[in-house]
Amino acid sequence: MPRMSTLASLAVGESARIVAVGGERGYRRRLLELGFLPGTVVRLRGVAPMGDPLDVDIGGCRFSLRRAEAEAVRVASPALELAAAK
Amino acid sequence: MVAQASPRVAVAGNPNTGKTSLFNRLTGANARVGNYPGVTVERESGTWRLGGRDVEVIDVPGTYSLAARSAEEQVAVRALFGLDGDPRPHLVLLVVDATQLVRNLYLAVQLAEAELPFVIALNLADVARAQGILPDPARVSAAFGVPCVPVSAHTGEGLPDLARVVGEALAKPPRPRVSLSYPAPLVADAARLEAFAAASSPGEARALALWHLLSVDDTDELIDIPDAVRREVLAIRAGAAGRDIDGEIVGTRYDWLVAQDFGVGKRVEGPALSDRVDRVLLHPASGGLVFLLVMAVLFQALFSWSEPAIGAIETAFAWVGDAVAGALPSGIASDLLVDGVINGVGSVVVFLPQIMLLFFLLGFLEDSGYMARVAFLVDRAMRSIGLHGRAFVPMLSGYACAVPAIMATRTLERRRDRLLTMMVVPLMSCSARLPVYTLVVATVFAPGATWLGLDARVAVMVAMYLFTTGMALVAAGVLGHTLLKGPRVPLLLELPPYRMPRLATVLRQMWMRAKTFLTEAGTTIMAVTVVLWALLYFPRDVQLSRDYDMLRAGASDEVAAQLSAEESAERLAQSYGGRMGKAIEPIIEPLGYDWKLGVGVVGAFAAREVFVATMGVIYGIGDDADEASEPLRERMRAERRPDGSPLWTPAVGASLMVFFALSAQCLSTLAVVRRESGSWRWAAFLFAYMTALAWVGAFVAYRVVGALAA
Repeated sequence: MPRMSTLASLAVGESARIVAVGGERGYRRRLLELGFLPGTVVRLRGVAPMGDPLDVDIGGCRFSLRRAEAEAVRVASPALELAAAK
Repeated sequence: MVAQASPRVAVAGNPNTGKTSLFNRLTGANARVGNYPGVTVERESGTWRLGGRDVEVIDVPGTYSLAARSAEEQVAVRALFGLDGDPRPHLVLLVVDATQLVRNLYLAVQLAEAELPFVIALNLADVARAQGILPDPARVSAAFGVPCVPVSAHTGEGLPDLARVVGEALAKPPRPRVSLSYPAPLVADAARLEAFAAASSPGEARALALWHLLSVDDTDELIDIPDAVRREVLAIRAGAAGRDIDGEIVGTRYDWLVAQDFGVGKRVEGPALSDRVDRVLLHPASGGLVFLLVMAVLFQALFSWSEPAIGAIETAFAWVGDAVAGALPSGIASDLLVDGVINGVGSVVVFLPQIMLLFFLLGFLEDSGYMARVAFLVDRAMRSIGLHGRAFVPMLSGYACAVPAIMATRTLERRRDRLLTMMVVPLMSCSARLPVYTLVVATVFAPGATWLGLDARVAVMVAMYLFTTGMALVAAGVLGHTLLKGPRVPLLLELPPYRMPRLATVLRQMWMRAKTFLTEAGTTIMAVTVVLWALLYFPRDVQLSRDYDMLRAGASDEVAAQLSAEESAERLAQSYGGRMGKAIEPIIEPLGYDWKLGVGVVGAFAAREVFVATMGVIYGIGDDADEASEPLRERMRAERRPDGSPLWTPAVGASLMVFFALSAQCLSTLAVVRRESGSWRWAAFLFAYMTALAWVGAFVAYRVVGALAA
């Protein structure tokens, strides 16, 4: 089984595939409309100096969202997926 | 015969696509700013000379999607469908960032589904080409069934082609065609809503049904949603347990987009320039340093660089006033014209240097992409007072002047955030308070006094800045949790690539802001200034203690000037404003003030620094006394209460400074709040809460400092 984590728990520079997007409906809908869809690869590019918000790359676009909301985006690391498939 | 109305083109697109630059390119220098009805969202429109006729172009607010949660987000969809009071546009010009194709075309899918006639402008074509990712316009065009033209608003590339294509599309509207296969349950849901739609085609009915499914729920703030539609949507959503309606709609659209072949090549570049720049600008150390530097420049510009222009404007209006006064026989008409009208116009124009500087710098920060980084860097700190990172610059600007700072709140997306920022920015210690502080500090503290090793005057100034900042933060926290409590607004901020701003665009936006201020807030400020002048001027037929005209007749110039100053003081005391000062004496007595200070407080409503001149008049020094005037300070130190004790004690000084720090003694601020919030209610609330706060604060300061000094 692939190990799941959230967008907020990725290491800086790490990529992962979105498994599910949760959170408050209006915010979730916006994320979906910006391309945060299951199956898409996201990358955590960086973190603001005070630890929040995050700097996230999705399909070549960069968005900043806070940890609290990023925790509702569940991801599976592609490396872990591969390991699980073996 | 029916008059031929000019064709109307709406320019739509995602934020950060260069949409405004393109709009400016098309319409040149003739744009107009208005408001969309019911919301405080600006509506810019202009005229495009196209093939020998005028086309009206409307700049629709930038949006990633037509779906909406609030009346403000709804503006885009209402403008495109012709529901905002204007007829439906004949054509939509969709501006697409060619370097972010799929995300931008999500909006194109929605337009195509609604069968709105549109044309795609692939903007930033030059940048996309350099990166090797410019899509094939013919394929984009084929996918949507509408024309597609690569352009660059920056270089001007492709604009003649765009003009030709738009001209053709106006003559023969394109009929977009897309066919998406939504899941069967969703199609059934949509069918239940299509029955309610007053749509001109089945495609449009389907599109509206999907819009309602995506936008409506029991906590939205949308307007004009028929109850029956709302009930039906809620019923559908309630019956869709286990399904993800939003995911089905958005996912199907993205699946379709990803399946299209737009002929996008492979990115040729290594790490983009923006990434390298951000390695410095978002770095905890170097990024922090650059941030402080940029903010220091912004602040310095507002605070000091605007000074020569402000001085020049004041000198010019004083010169005009003197010239007019010299040319007219003295009397009420001359006084009205000079002290009322000319002074009133001057009090409006004097704000322009700061407004124009702020919006010039804001334009550069915004268009370069750095503003988003500012918001990113300070978001965590701003969140602790219930705001997000974008509110930082307006708050900072408040230290120079609340008027441009409040105008800058329009860079915030949510109305609640704008209102909260507007309600606390006037607490920041602006530059107009400085003359008042200076006069008071110099009057009540001896020059050599020290406090904690600092010159007492410096220490007091520093304390005032810390105090007002603290109060603003507390007020933001309190208001944000009570009156302006709203649904928690999560941050979703695009960090666009850095781009070189176009000077023409920045200058034009700056000029639009200045023009809006002059025509909308300026007229109010001017009118109230005249009213205030009249309050301190009338009535004229009062009983004076001496016959000043006769006394002046034989006197030397020096004595005559002294007599005139004394006459002015006596007249001011008997004016309506003077009577108000006396009438409010019981209210201000607990703060340690006498009626003369009451008159000063009334007069300062025009602008805080007017307090100094009013004090000059009421103490018989003359209205040209400034905060550095030694005779005025001497006279104030000599002022005694009826019991013989000095009036201007440190306790009164502290009380007065706290009062001026916290009160909304600035009608220009109130006029701008009215304009930016769209109602007098928020201006009235601001005035009421700040005045109450000021009274309590001044009372505490009077008692505490009085007890310490005793």
